[in-house]
Amino acid sequence: MAVAAEPAPARSLFARLAQPRPALALLLLMWVPLVAYVMFNRQIGDLREVVLLPAIPAALLLYAVAVWSWRESTIAVIGVTLVFFWLLLALSAPYLPLLDPNKPVAPFVTPFTEKNGVFYWLGTDTRGRDMLSRTIWGCQRVIVWGITATVVAYFVGAMLGLIAGYLGGWWDQVVSFLANVLLSFPVMILFILILNYLGPSGFNIVIAVTFSSAPAIMRIVRGLALDVKTRDYIFAAQTRGESALRIMVIELLPNVRGPLIVDACLRLGYTTVAITTLTFLGLGLQPPDPDWGLMIKEASSTALLWKFSYMLLIPALSVSSLILGFNLMADGLREMSLRD
Amino acid sequence: MVKLILQRLLQMALIMAVVSFVLFLVFDSPKFKKQLAVNDLGGFAVATLTQSDYQAWLAAKGLNVPFYERYGNWLVGIAHGDFGRSFQKNEDVGFLLGRALVKTGILAFWVFALMIPLALVTGVFAGISEGRVQDRAITFMSVVFTSIPEIATAIILTVIFALGLGWLPAKSKGDGLEYIILPVLTLVLYDFGYVARMTRASVAEVMTSQYIRTAVLKGIPYRRVVMKHVLRNALIAPFTVIVLQLNWLLSGVVVVEVFFQYDGFGKLLLDAALFGDLYVVQAATLAAVLVAVLSQLISDIGYTFLNPRIRFS
Repeated sequence: MAVAAEPAPARSLFARLAQPRPALALLLLMWVPLVAYVMFNRQIGDLREVVLLPAIPAALLLYAVAVWSWRESTIAVIGVTLVFFWLLLALSAPYLPLLDPNKPVAPFVTPFTEKNGVFYWLGTDTRGRDMLSRTIWGCQRVIVWGITATVVAYFVGAMLGLIAGYLGGWWDQVVSFLANVLLSFPVMILFILILNYLGPSGFNIVIAVTFSSAPAIMRIVRGLALDVKTRDYIFAAQTRGESALRIMVIELLPNVRGPLIVDACLRLGYTTVAITTLTFLGLGLQPPDPDWGLMIKEASSTALLWKFSYMLLIPALSVSSLILGFNLMADGLREMSLRD
Repeated sequence: MVKLILQRLLQMALIMAVVSFVLFLVFDSPKFKKQLAVNDLGGFAVATLTQSDYQAWLAAKGLNVPFYERYGNWLVGIAHGDFGRSFQKNEDVGFLLGRALVKTGILAFWVFALMIPLALVTGVFAGISEGRVQDRAITFMSVVFTSIPEIATAIILTVIFALGLGWLPAKSKGDGLEYIILPVLTLVLYDFGYVARMTRASVAEVMTSQYIRTAVLKGIPYRRVVMKHVLRNALIAPFTVIVLQLNWLLSGVVVVEVFFQYDGFGKLLLDAALFGDLYVVQAATLAAVLVAVLSQLISDIGYTFLNPRIRFS
């Protein structure tokens, strides 16, 4: 049988990389080293000097792919640029010529001044630590814990939503009641209660975010699953005798990904807000390592003067720009999905 | 209608019972009692305490009885209007909570009084000119405002108006109107963008509907079409969103009150949680859940009431 192979459509490098699998591979290549670096800093030992090196080109390539595939929406490109700006800073923080973020060098140096032969772009804080260095190192922790928490919450919420929506019956009753109980708490109060019980740390923030976000995610996924589960391809899969788990994960989930990706972008923003706010309230990440919420907390109790307002403004504007990036990304993606 | 309300009230009672029981269970852990002891007596004193002294301290605080017994007593107390005593401030919890809720209520009143007109006007304006420059500008502005978290808004406003211009106090430790301007503005700026976007989406959707086109083609003046036909149908969705903002406000006030050191509900709850002051945490949480669930109920009922299509189906 001589079936002529169909000539592969000529596609650019970006178009090929924008396919789900290569994009996911790039994402993991960027993400795994960063997580290893921040969460398991002690365990990986000497590897930490080099572990982030492959992640930087991966992030650059991913950024190029994202800009290429979302080029129709200016808003999404602005958003993704803001996000990748901070992401690249987080990845390259160990290789940038920065001062030690935890070492006091010269207290109360205002931005753009020189002291003892060192030029301080963003000045120093009340204890004399370099603000530029603290801002860049701080974004590493916010990004890693924020994205991890969102991903874990999404995993739990999506599974529960699929179970409630697809299996229905008393599964639905139980899961929905638990979700209603959790949703009847104002979010911040749930955070305070959980973190106060578990103690403040990064891993506990992940748990708290999961508890507070998973019910809302579950509701969205449940609604989408209810809508999709009567489609023909689901019946086809049932007729083929596929297991419920396989149908839920392989057939159902990929077909509802559009609204979920938009919601995930928004939720990344919420989680970033939550982490910064909780750290400010003293329930999140702990000193002395730099973090935006911590910088605000320290400055708001010691530096309430016009001259020192940069200590408050720098972390506040940093966190706002990161969240703006996530929100603009969500907006652009929604706009594009509506256009199709 | 009555059946719906009763059903929801029953669900609310069930949720409250579950929540309060779980809270008692959680706060019964030895770790929490220790935390309370450390805050009450000082870390050094607790470290030197013998086991029997610690037991005596627990007994003096009434914490040595099993939690289900305390839960029962607490429920009976609530039936009599007694919410227990605060360990930290040694005051009646009902009184503390009432005072804090009044202060937060003042904040909430001003937030809603400013936010609702602002959000509705900008939202309707953007919605009726969908796709034009005004709409794009308003939408972009509202995304920016909702993107700046309360903590950052609070900082920017404080730096400008308190530290820079010196017009307003940086900390809200007082009773005058000038002390609540910055907290209120912070909450309004954050929240109005969201409500405005909801209003815009709702108005824009109604604007594309058949009956609006008919009304315009019939020759009714554009102003009247907007005032009579668009607004009545488009403001149903924003109404429910606005009522649900009450729930959001209870989260939002925590950080704003802590930042401005305003003695309201959020600060009371955070202080009590950090101290391990369980009766205050209990009462405050239940109050928050009550407000949240009631606002959901009101928004549901209001929605059915305002929207005849749901009521009669």
